[in-house]
Amino acid sequence: MQSVAAIETVFRQERARVLATTIRVTNGDFDLAEEIVQEAFAAALARWPTEGTPAEPRAWLISVARNKAIDTIRRRVKLRAIVAAEDPVDAVAASELVAVPDDRLRLIFTCCHPALAREAQVALTLRTLGGLTTEEIARAFLSAPATMAQRLVRAKSKIKEARIPYEVPEASQLAERTDAVMAVVYLVFNEGYAATAGDAWFRRDLCREAIRLGRLLVELTGDCEAKGLLALMLLHDSRRDARTDAAGDLVLLEDQDRATWDRAQIDEALVLVPEALRAATTAGPRGGPGPYALQSAIAALHASAPRAADTDWPQIAALFGELMRRHPSPVIALNHAVAIAMWRGPAAGLPLIEALKQDLTDYHLWHAARADLLRRLGRTREAATAYRGALARVGSEPERRFLERRLAELAGEREPR
Amino acid sequence: MQYLLLIYDNEKVWADMSPEESGKLFAEYMTFSKEIRASGHLIAGEALQPVHTATTVRTRDGKTTTTDGPFAETREQLGGFYMINAKDLDEATKIAARIPSARLGSIEIRPVQQFDQPGSMR
Repeated sequence: MQSVAAIETVFRQERARVLATTIRVTNGDFDLAEEIVQEAFAAALARWPTEGTPAEPRAWLISVARNKAIDTIRRRVKLRAIVAAEDPVDAVAASELVAVPDDRLRLIFTCCHPALAREAQVALTLRTLGGLTTEEIARAFLSAPATMAQRLVRAKSKIKEARIPYEVPEASQLAERTDAVMAVVYLVFNEGYAATAGDAWFRRDLCREAIRLGRLLVELTGDCEAKGLLALMLLHDSRRDARTDAAGDLVLLEDQDRATWDRAQIDEALVLVPEALRAATTAGPRGGPGPYALQSAIAALHASAPRAADTDWPQIAALFGELMRRHPSPVIALNHAVAIAMWRGPAAGLPLIEALKQDLTDYHLWHAARADLLRRLGRTREAATAYRGALARVGSEPERRFLERRLAELAGEREPR
Repeated sequence: MQYLLLIYDNEKVWADMSPEESGKLFAEYMTFSKEIRASGHLIAGEALQPVHTATTVRTRDGKTTTTDGPFAETREQLGGFYMINAKDLDEATKIAARIPSARLGSIEIRPVQQFDQPGSMR
């Protein structure tokens, strides 16, 4: 006798794989496949409690879904009264479907196909691979459910009508297409990690979902940059309990209680980081470590320092330097300047930050970083002005409260003359 | 699966070219057309006269009006098209990327609608 809860657990685990394979049978018709997978699960709910759970639940679900798909397609063709010269179903044998390594890889590449807009890629990935409802995806991206529903309908229709292939890309395009998948996964993670609107528990789920997708990508491709991405997400997420205090206020990395960091997650990541870096330098098609591998190495150095004072700033500055060389951007340059300031002192970092003024004058963290260095140099009045500059541009509430606290503390200090 | 590849170019760029440059591009077009005919992808393809020769027609309430010029003024103008057969969007994209104008302007790929009912459009 199988409980409904136990069956639902099987569904949650198997849904993406069963769906991925069913989409192949329906020839890229996502809607039909989703409908059929739902029916297959309903059939399991009706039969497993009395007949017992099959020895291989996934194989059972896939073969039921396959048969339903074939029936439906045949029925549709008959309804249209077309005399088909050949069987409309390119009858894939049930045994072949189950033996295939994993159709989720086809699914993930199709969802993240470059012919789809980024927002559509994200929504489709969360819907099909993550099993999130349209309402949940809308909530994650603070958009109306109707808008999100339409986005999904359009994306699925484009896959079907423009015939976006349901395939793993060929070798020559694999690295580029994997980059697109990683961008989607990291976007989902950041939506959960960085955004401060919406309820905290839901955002935590979003991070967990991104990590799950990251794990899947590593498992399916073995790509070294994917390992870097997974490590980076694990390391950021390991600090989830330490990043805010009981009042919901921001706690800076240097002030966090390192005992609350998730050790198991850090250990998992610390194995991945050298693999990501090493594999990338020797063979990878990208010629050298990619941005995720380098960022994960930086996050690993933070995670490995027993106390904030033990942080290996020279090494972190060197890694940011490498990132800047390979993937130049003003925000990376800002991080590099901050690392230099932590290593050689605020006087060494300040000119580097000043040099970025033109590019980052609208970015609140440029003002905040500059304010921090001025504060540490005892240039209180200039620091206060810079904090006000940051406050004028900050978007999130906890960050605003943090900057206001810093500004208030400054008022208590007197500028040496 | 049939796709229409719509070629959008800035006519001024073509007009400003030296005869050598435009001649070279024209030769590239000839080669490309020959290649996709040989590979079995080509269904049809034509170059169009510039937009100043365009006329737009509308029929409303049984009354037809014609206006001079294209439906919309844009920076790039429809300059020609290819109708091709391709396995899927990826193959169509690869072919579109080889059109000489892909380097100058842009190519819009539109899947041709398929009707199951005989006689509805074809």
